[in-house]
Amino acid sequence: MSGTARFLRRIAPQLITLAFVLALISVMFPGFFNISIANGRLYGSPIDILNRGAPVALLAIGMTLVIATRGIDLSVGAVMAICGAVSAWGITQGYDLGSTLLMAVVAGLVCGLWNGILVSFLGIQPIVATLILMVAGRGIAQLITEGAILTFNDPNLIFFGSGSLFTLPMPVVIWIVTGLLITWIVRRTALGMLIESVGINLRASTLAGINSRVLLIAVYVTSGFCAALAGIIAAADIRGADANNAGLWLELDAILAVVIGGTSLLGGRFSLIASLIGAMIIQAVNTGILLSGFPPEFNLVIKAAIILIILVVQSPALRTGMAFFRKPRQTDVAKKETVTQ
Amino acid sequence: MSEVANSRPLLRATGVTKIFPGTVALDHVDFTLQPAEVHALLGENGAGKSTLIKCLTGAYRRDDGDILLNGEPVDPRGTLDAQSYGIGTVYQEVNLLPNLSVAENLFLGHQPTRFGMISGREMTRRARETLSQYGLDIDPARSLGDFSVAVQQVIAIARAVNLSGKVLILDEPTASLDSGEVKMLFDIIRSLRDRGIGIIFISHFLDQVFEISDRVTVLRNGRLIGTEDAANIDRVQLVNMMLGRELEHETRETGKTDLAPGAPWLEFDDFGKKGRIAPFDLKIRPGEVVGMAGLLGSGRTETAETLFGAVTHDSGTARSRGEEIELRSPRDAVAAGFGFCPEDRKIDGIIADLSVRENIILALQARIGWARPVPRRRQAEMAEDFIRRLDIRTSDAEKPVGLLSGGNQQKVLLARWLATNPKFLILDEPTRGIDVGAHAEIIHLIEELCAEGMSLLVISSELDELVAYSHRVIVVRDRHHVAELVGADITTDNMVDAIASAHNGSAT
Repeated sequence: MSGTARFLRRIAPQLITLAFVLALISVMFPGFFNISIANGRLYGSPIDILNRGAPVALLAIGMTLVIATRGIDLSVGAVMAICGAVSAWGITQGYDLGSTLLMAVVAGLVCGLWNGILVSFLGIQPIVATLILMVAGRGIAQLITEGAILTFNDPNLIFFGSGSLFTLPMPVVIWIVTGLLITWIVRRTALGMLIESVGINLRASTLAGINSRVLLIAVYVTSGFCAALAGIIAAADIRGADANNAGLWLELDAILAVVIGGTSLLGGRFSLIASLIGAMIIQAVNTGILLSGFPPEFNLVIKAAIILIILVVQSPALRTGMAFFRKPRQTDVAKKETVTQ
Repeated sequence: MSEVANSRPLLRATGVTKIFPGTVALDHVDFTLQPAEVHALLGENGAGKSTLIKCLTGAYRRDDGDILLNGEPVDPRGTLDAQSYGIGTVYQEVNLLPNLSVAENLFLGHQPTRFGMISGREMTRRARETLSQYGLDIDPARSLGDFSVAVQQVIAIARAVNLSGKVLILDEPTASLDSGEVKMLFDIIRSLRDRGIGIIFISHFLDQVFEISDRVTVLRNGRLIGTEDAANIDRVQLVNMMLGRELEHETRETGKTDLAPGAPWLEFDDFGKKGRIAPFDLKIRPGEVVGMAGLLGSGRTETAETLFGAVTHDSGTARSRGEEIELRSPRDAVAAGFGFCPEDRKIDGIIADLSVRENIILALQARIGWARPVPRRRQAEMAEDFIRRLDIRTSDAEKPVGLLSGGNQQKVLLARWLATNPKFLILDEPTRGIDVGAHAEIIHLIEELCAEGMSLLVISSELDELVAYSHRVIVVRDRHHVAELVGADITTDNMVDAIASAHNGSAT
C-alpha cells in the first residue's frame, strides 16, 4: 500500500468528522459556505473558523509531539500569556518588530526548555512538571505587564493578528506554515520515528542508543515555540497583552485536538495533520454554536456534548463494531488479523 | 520428614497445565504439599514457578489438572476465593497499604465491629495479640509505612495466616531483607510450620532453601523435574536439576579449543558498579564467544548492563584496541561498536507498536543521528534482507513487532544490532522462552557470527548451550566473577561445581 493511501486512511475519521460538523452547521445556516473577497482578504464563516482556530492549532502541533513521547504540556496557555506579555512589553518599550518577536519567541523556547529539563533530567512526571509553569506562568506574565492590560498600537505587530497575506488572514498563514514545516521536519528526518519509539518504550529506546533526554527536551521546546507563536497572535489580535485571560484553558483544547486527532495519550504513533484537523473541528463546533444563537450560557455544555459524541464515535469499541470506520489505522487492522487467525 | 511425607497431603495438584499463546507454561505438573512442611519451589526465570502459584491460587485459569485441598477438589476463582479455602499468598513486594495503620492492614475487610461500627479499640487489642505471636512488639496504631520491609513482610504473613491458615505461599520473601531479618523471618516460618501450616517457599538463594526447607520441587521449562527431600540432595544435584541438560544428544562434551592467543581488542580492567557487580577484569578477542553462567540474580545481567553502559560503572576502565573509551551510556557503547540484546525482550528490547522494519533500523538510525534518515527504500531492503536471513516469520515488514511470537521478536532484536555491524555483541538469555526451532537457529547464528570475526558475550542458563559455542566461560556467583573455564575445562559439570560451591558464609 502506498504512503499516500495509508496517510488518507489515517486521517479519514477526522476528515469525515469535520465534514459532518460543517454539514450540520450549513444545514442550519444555508449561507455558511459563502466566501467573499474584500480589500484583498477573504471573508466568510469558514475563513473565520480557520482564523479563530489558529491558537489552538498552533498549540496542538507542539502538544502532539509532547503527547507522542507519553508526556503532556499543561503550561502552553500560560506560556502564551508570557509571550504575549513579552511582545507587548517589547513593542511599548520601543524595540523594533524583529527584536520584539525574537524576545517573545525566545521566552517561549526558554519555557519549553524548563519543562523539558524537569521532565527529562529530573524525571518529574510531565503532568506535574508542566503544572508548575501553568501556575507560575500567569504570575510571570503579570509581572511583565505590571498587573495591567498592556495595550499597543504598533501596526506591524497588529498585522500578525489582523493582517492578511495572499488573501488569507495572517494567523491562518502562520499556523498552516508552522504545521507543514514541523510535519516536514519530523517526517523527512528520523525525528518522527525516534519520538514515537521513545513514547512507546523509553527504556528500550535508550538501550537502542537513542538520546532520549535530548529528544524529550526537544519536544517540550517545540511546544514552547508553538505557544510563543500563539501568544503573539493572541496579543496582536486584541492589541494588548492580558496576562490573566490570554490562552486561558487553551491547553485543554489543545489536548482535546490531539485526542480527536487520534494520537493516544499513552504515547507512540502520532499525526500532526490529524491534530490540526482536530483543532479545526473544535473551532467549527465553537463557531457553529455562536452562529446558532443559543444563549451563551449553553455554549460550554453543548460543546462538551458534541465532543463527547465525536470521541464516542471514534472510540475503539465503537470502531470495531462499525463497518464504516473499520480500517482507519494500520495497527488496528493488524490486531484484528491476529484475533481472527 | 519421612513420617510427614506419608501422611495425607494438605494440598495435591495433579497434571496442572497452563497454555499461553505460543508456549506451554506448565506441562502436566504434579505438586503435593504436606501439612507442617516447608516446601521450596525452585527454577530459573520462565520455569513456571509463578504460573504454578497463580494456577493454585486461581489468579490464572488452568487449562487442565486437578487441585485437592485436604482430599476435597477445589477450584479457586481468584486470590480472594483461594483465601477463603485457606490458601494465602505473600508476594515479594508487600501488597499492603502503607498509609493505613498496622491494625487496619491486618484486619482490612474483616474489621471487628460493634453495633455495626468498626471498633478501633477491639481491633488494636486483637492486632497487638496477633503481633505478639510473631514476636513483634510494635504499636498497631502506627502506619505500616513507618516500618521496615521485614516487619511489613511479617505483617503480610500474619494477615495471610489469619485469613487463610492452611497453606501459605511465600514468593521470594527474603529478596530485600538483610541476614538478621532473614533469621527472624525463618523463625516465624518454623513456628508456623510447627502449628501445622503447609508453606510453599520460593527463593533463588540456595543457602536459604537448604536452611529452611523440608522438601524441594524443581521446575524447568514448565515441566516438573523432580521433588526431593532436602536432606537427601546436595547443592550440585540441585543446580543440575535447575539448569539441566536439555540438548544432551546434540552437543559436545567440552567447549571449543581456545583460540590462538591473539591480542584482545577489548579490555575491561577492574570494571564494576557498587551493589550490582564487583569489579572484574575481562578481555575479549576478535571472533571469540565468551559464555557467562550463573544463577538468576548472581550478577550475569548486571555484568552485561554495566558493560553496555545501561548502568554506569563506578570503577575501572575500558579500552578498545589499547585506547581508553568512555562507557557511561548505551550511546557510548553503541558508538564503540557494541550491541546488547537484553533478557527481558518486552520491557527492554522491542518497541511493540513500531513495525518490524522500524525496529530493525532503530539502532542504526540512532547511531547515525536523526538528521540523516536511512532512506525509505534502503530501510525496506534491510528489513527484507534480515527477514530472509534470520527467517523472521512475519506477514510483512510493516507489521507491528509486538504481534510477532517471542522467538521472532528475538530475531528482530538481533537484526537491529546486526544492522549496526557491531564488533561486540552481548546476548542476555538469547534463547529463553522461544520454541525449539528458533532456539537451534539462534545457536547456529551465534556460531556464524563468531566465524565472521564478531566477538560475543552470551549469558545463558542453559549450560549445554554454553558448552556448544563458548571459547571461554565465566562463572558468576554472588555478584562476583568467580571462575573462568577455558577449552577442555568447559563442561557442564565444572560449571555446576563453580556455581554451587559453598558461599563463603554469607547467608543472604
